[in-house]
Amino acid sequence: MSPSEVKKAQELVYELKIGDIMTRQLISVTPETTMREVKQLLRDHRISGLPVMRGDQLVGIVSIENLIQALEHNDLDAEVNRYMSSLVHTIGERESAVRAINVFSRAAVGRLPVVDEGGRLVGILTPGDITRGVLRALEQAYHEEELRKYRVRHVFEDITSDRTSLILRYDIAVRDFTRAGSASSQLKQTLVRLGVDPRIVRRVAIVSYEAEMNIVIHSENGGNLVAEINPELIAILAYDSGPGIEDVQCAMQPGWSTAPDWIREMGFGAGMGLVNIKATADEMYLDSWPRRSTRLEAVIYLKPGEGKTSNETDGNR
Amino acid sequence: MKLTEIVDELGLRVAAGSGHLDVEVTGGYTSDLLSCAMAGAAQGNLWITLQGHLNIVAVASLNELAGVIVTEGKPVSKETATKAEEEGVVLLLTPLTSYEVAGRLWDLGIR
Repeated sequence: MSPSEVKKAQELVYELKIGDIMTRQLISVTPETTMREVKQLLRDHRISGLPVMRGDQLVGIVSIENLIQALEHNDLDAEVNRYMSSLVHTIGERESAVRAINVFSRAAVGRLPVVDEGGRLVGILTPGDITRGVLRALEQAYHEEELRKYRVRHVFEDITSDRTSLILRYDIAVRDFTRAGSASSQLKQTLVRLGVDPRIVRRVAIVSYEAEMNIVIHSENGGNLVAEINPELIAILAYDSGPGIEDVQCAMQPGWSTAPDWIREMGFGAGMGLVNIKATADEMYLDSWPRRSTRLEAVIYLKPGEGKTSNETDGNR
Repeated sequence: MKLTEIVDELGLRVAAGSGHLDVEVTGGYTSDLLSCAMAGAAQGNLWITLQGHLNIVAVASLNELAGVIVTEGKPVSKETATKAEEEGVVLLLTPLTSYEVAGRLWDLGIR
């Protein structure tokens, strides 16, 4: 397991409920059952212990260890109440698995009877149940992500039209530096699930991040980031309603920026945003009407050979 | 070289992402300009910077960097560390200058 999987397993131990991982066992014996019958039940059901019930009430546990004691004394006709362990520990079905781990590590027991809120026996929990439960939940989490990827990848196959595109729109708030970059992160995650080549994903991430940050930093009222994905290309469109760029030619020069000092102090406004987009995308179009709006479109081709390779787009150092 | 070894060698403090230290570091990049880091740092690189604010997390995450080393004892805010933890981004702190960190990494063979 990688460290991140170990961490996930630790989280699961807190999330998993006893009721979801226990063995729902309905077989039980009474204090008057003979140890010989216990031996037969353990063998038939391939289990290592049984709850002992008097009517509705749980009075003990008889385990394979108790059976060995009875065998040593050649005492198989004895009643269960002579050899059973009188009950000390139970656990609630709605408690988390981590509670059971604590009980197992402190008390020398190999199984815990599980009770509901009314104290009625509903199942049995062994350390093996916890391991199996965690593994099953880990596997399920993995499958869910794989299934999500599979579904997204087959979107285009299942839709018939002459040209199909997926359009993702993101609203970008102005000067919101706590959420800045989240549109690009979501777009990137979607592309990964679509199975897009990681080198393409990286280029789209650079373009969308720079375009997103331009709106965050420079727009008057925020703007929109739109990504159109089709089997041939990914087009990123970023637009806002002003203030517009006074001199587009200047704005395309490396190092030219109108960002205020406080934004520059954060490491933005280096005057490299548009330059990076141009260097990274296969095509870029910038239209701006001063005091009115700015519209930026960048295209990245998906098919090999049509676009730039990642080696060519090493930006501007 | 693994990120865990670098953390030990340079005595870095892990501010976030302690579950993601078992990765191979592919190289390094130094700049305090986010656009430059976006374009210049490659996947699996360590980014050395003086910037300690929230937006370094997005750059590191989008670029799939091995981690960010924030230098000169600059603190990172709690929300930066929380965001980094959510995104699985490793944030490392050191009192050393960016120049010294880059030199030490170079000496360790991170090139």
